[in-house]
Amino acid sequence: MSEKEQVNLTRRKLIGGTAAAMAGLTIAPGIILVETSQARGKDEAVTDAVRWGILINTNNCTSDCTGCVDACQNENGWGAGSTDETHSAPNQKAQWIRKVKVTDKETGYAKTLPMMCQHCENPPCVDVCPTGASFKRVDGIVLVDKHICIGCRYCMMACPYKARSFIHETLTDQRSYAPRGQGTVESCTMCVHRVDDGKDPACVEACSSSFNSAMIFGDLNDPSSEISKELQRHGGERIRADLRLNPGVRYQGIYG
Amino acid sequence: MKKIRFSEIGGFTPGYLLVLGITGLLAVLGLGAALYMEHSGHWVTGMNNEIVWGTPHVFAVFLIVAASGALNVASISSVFQKTMYKPLARLSGLLAIALLAGGLIVLVLDLGHPDRLIVAMTYYNFKSIFAWNIYLYIGFFAVVIFYLMTMMERKMNGYTRAAGTAAFIWRLALTTGTGSIFGFIVARQAYDAAIYAPMFIIMSFSFGLAIFILMLMTIYHGTDRELGDRILFRLKNLLGVFVAAVLMFVTIYFLTNLYATEHHGIAGFILASDHIYTKLFWLVQIIFGSIAPLAILYNPVTGTSRVWIGIASTLVILGGLAQIYVIIIGGQAFPLVLFPGMEVSSSFADGIVASYSPSLPEVLLGTGGIGVALIIVALAVKVLRFIPQSLADADVDPHYSAD
Repeated sequence: MSEKEQVNLTRRKLIGGTAAAMAGLTIAPGIILVETSQARGKDEAVTDAVRWGILINTNNCTSDCTGCVDACQNENGWGAGSTDETHSAPNQKAQWIRKVKVTDKETGYAKTLPMMCQHCENPPCVDVCPTGASFKRVDGIVLVDKHICIGCRYCMMACPYKARSFIHETLTDQRSYAPRGQGTVESCTMCVHRVDDGKDPACVEACSSSFNSAMIFGDLNDPSSEISKELQRHGGERIRADLRLNPGVRYQGIYG
Repeated sequence: MKKIRFSEIGGFTPGYLLVLGITGLLAVLGLGAALYMEHSGHWVTGMNNEIVWGTPHVFAVFLIVAASGALNVASISSVFQKTMYKPLARLSGLLAIALLAGGLIVLVLDLGHPDRLIVAMTYYNFKSIFAWNIYLYIGFFAVVIFYLMTMMERKMNGYTRAAGTAAFIWRLALTTGTGSIFGFIVARQAYDAAIYAPMFIIMSFSFGLAIFILMLMTIYHGTDRELGDRILFRLKNLLGVFVAAVLMFVTIYFLTNLYATEHHGIAGFILASDHIYTKLFWLVQIIFGSIAPLAILYNPVTGTSRVWIGIASTLVILGGLAQIYVIIIGGQAFPLVLFPGMEVSSSFADGIVASYSPSLPEVLLGTGGIGVALIIVALAVKVLRFIPQSLADADVDPHYSAD
């Protein structure tokens, strides 16, 4: 084989190999044949192997602390964490998370606790949504698809926890990872953008770093997770357990 | 009984032009209010994150409920074969379509995103009663329009009874769906009750017939056509039965709530509190909207007076609006019970009655729906043969004999 023929053969192999590689890569749009990283990508489906939950020990939650609320506002850009909603009346402004004081009228026993979307296993908001904009991820996080929310507010009628807010005016000051829009409904996302990055929700992080440390985030499906172990040891309460919605947010110590 | 002749209403009389002007103005103001609300955002309304459905929904639900009730006169004629009601069937079908259109327009224009109506038509969550209702509403238009065609096109007359039966069943399903919007809500104390579906059906009978009677009297008075006592008195007697039936359902609803300790809170809130809902319930819904019309309709003197029958029908409509206001707004104003038996407080009004004041844009949007419904009727009777030339006793009553 002459030198010229060898060059041609090499060139043919190179062209043929490249063509095959290109064909392989473009075999079907949207199908990726080559993974560049083993980490779970954001476009990869979540799995029902986990069920995310938050456990709140109200014995450690002090009435004067609003660390979880402040952290949520700063992280997701609502309330004091945003320059928006200047026109809305107080009861028209977003309330992703709020502190609630619960008092036993007979004994005077009182606790405060953070109240937010309870990320129900059987969420009434998802049941009633006409378009499917309210949905539950298989890992238990309940969200609103802002693209198909028509702003009917039926989910707000159906939520037993008053956990959802309707946006009453045009917004400009938003976080890229927490899009909000006039005329749609929103609620606590359990900081899904952080959870997908392997971090704790902002409220839990803020509470854990404070003296109180009243909140634990974790996988309710994993018996060895801290949240599951704590629930096994000391139990946990579901708010409106009578409705059998099985919330992912659990509490301890509300009723003493 | 003579053959009934239908005709369009003739001429552009000052009265007709006035009706068009008023209804047109209401519709335009309603549209303007909707544009204002959508442009600014809902902060310009009295609605908030606790009272999420406000005055527009009161009007919308009232009109939708009344729409299915307005069809009853036609059902009595086609399904139950009462020939005396046959001349009224066309107007009954027309009114049903017009009221539903008026109600739906209000509902859609109040959405946070009315521009996404196409989304509501293309994305369905079949577990949602709202999604079912979209089918029920669209289907109602189709079924009733077909029903009207079978009545108005001679070649299709043979299908009238079948179409009327289908429309009757559909309207029962539709009102069941509307009532179940509230009946299926487990979260709130005022709702989560199966009685809402049948109660909404009987409410529709009452509201729809009251509107039908007023419409009939207005059209016949305005066009100088004869409306006999026999048919009018039958209708007003029927209205009395429906008003009494609504009272019975309301009584059962509250008796159930008063019996169960769990529901004492909401029952007391509506029946005996300092809030507006108690006044609306007792004064407008019960006394002026139910007891007064019953007294008027069954009193031998007032019950045979057209003015009084008109007043009674108007009171039934006002009482109906109050009833739906109490159901929708009162039901939301009562605090959610997060911790049964415990006292709660928060920065977001937990444990206290939610506040709400209707705003002008909301009221205008609601009355805009009434304007749209009436304008549809006014135009339709002008161009198509919906109205019998005479409803004199001798023309409608097969057993009539001049005394």
